[in-house]
Amino acid sequence: MAGTYGRSRKKPVGKLIVMGIISIALYVILLSNQGVVNDYFSRGGLVAFLPIAVAFIFSIVHGSFTANFWTVLGIEAAKRKKEVK
Amino acid sequence: MHDIVREAANFINLDAMNITYLFIVGFVGGLVSGFIGSGGAFVLTPAMMSLGVPGLVAVASNMCHKFPKALVGALKRAKYGQVDVKLGIILGISAEAGVLYGAHIQESIKKSFGDAGSNLYVSVAFVIILAVVGGFVLRDAWKTYRSGTTHGEEKVTKLARWVQSINIPGTMVYFKSLNARISVLFTIPLGFATGMLAATIAVGGFVGVPSMIYVLGAPSLMASATELVIAFVMGLGGSFKYAMHGLVDIRLAMIILAGSLFGIQLGAIGTTYVKPFMIKVVMGIIMVIVLFSRGLMVPVYLSQLGLIQTLGDTTVKILKNTSFAIMALALILGASIVLGAMWKGHRAEREAAREVLEHGKI
Repeated sequence: MAGTYGRSRKKPVGKLIVMGIISIALYVILLSNQGVVNDYFSRGGLVAFLPIAVAFIFSIVHGSFTANFWTVLGIEAAKRKKEVK
Repeated sequence: MHDIVREAANFINLDAMNITYLFIVGFVGGLVSGFIGSGGAFVLTPAMMSLGVPGLVAVASNMCHKFPKALVGALKRAKYGQVDVKLGIILGISAEAGVLYGAHIQESIKKSFGDAGSNLYVSVAFVIILAVVGGFVLRDAWKTYRSGTTHGEEKVTKLARWVQSINIPGTMVYFKSLNARISVLFTIPLGFATGMLAATIAVGGFVGVPSMIYVLGAPSLMASATELVIAFVMGLGGSFKYAMHGLVDIRLAMIILAGSLFGIQLGAIGTTYVKPFMIKVVMGIIMVIVLFSRGLMVPVYLSQLGLIQTLGDTTVKILKNTSFAIMALALILGASIVLGAMWKGHRAEREAAREVLEHGKI
């Protein structure tokens, strides 16, 4: 089970920018429509899938953005291979 | 149900200050979670409540930020070969049952003894479990440090060796983190206890991670990474349950998530730089400090229940604020140790690389 992590050669600046823009857009949409969001999400019942779906979407987009953010800053996993046994 | 609907309708107004505050708390909580597999939630819920968020909405929104955060953290640490998905899912299923049972107990206590009774139960659970488990984890980390074997492979405990030696036909499953076959029957009480703790004090990992290490025999790094899978399974089920009652304030959950995803990525990266015993150090220190924080609140709830002399308003306020400050300190200290260890590891790696380069030139 050796981890084979290390530094990538090329920094994913393009991905960072694209995911950053989508992430910001998602947050702007969410926070600029607070009235509608609160109204729908507090209804409960079958609408319960909505917050779950939103959480998944944000985690994919914002998760990718934050991963690329640290990579572009040069903060990455240790280069050495580590035996995680 | 009317109360629930009324509480759900009471979503707070968010301004720039609140958003920044939640983002920062989310970041620090995420950093610690990425490193030790859990934590952060015990500060996030009171942090939301301090903004005027009703208790149930705070718990629900915390849960809804927890499962996507755990998912991102688990995927990140899986890249480093640290996650045992099978063990995580199996423990996660019994943990889900534990969450439901824990929530049921909470409701019964609240119905019989009111808010003060429920708070007292939570605080006493905090104090007892954190004292026993936290003390044990910290003692083990200290012993490893004193013995000078921090670089060595972690020893499997006698209990774990016994668990791995028991053969119950029809229930044996191989887990890569243990590099052994064990009976799934052993995982059920551990998962259940993790879930019950998650429903009671919001941080199931304080039982989940130590039980994987000391009872099943998983290495610290894999136990803390696998805890993220358990948190995902528990968080997903819990969020759906709360969302059915309309209690999730998705704005709060996503703002915390915004900060915590930055944190969890960093915490996960941090695990690749440190010696495994550092997981125990950070976890043990946080547990012991939080224990004092909750211990301070016990007299407040005892007084509210009329079991001791009534405390003055000023005393209650001082105790509450001190308790919250100590809890925040636990998280900040944990985050500082993670960042410090990461910084040292990063620097050591750069120096080693430079030495290799210079040696190569000669």
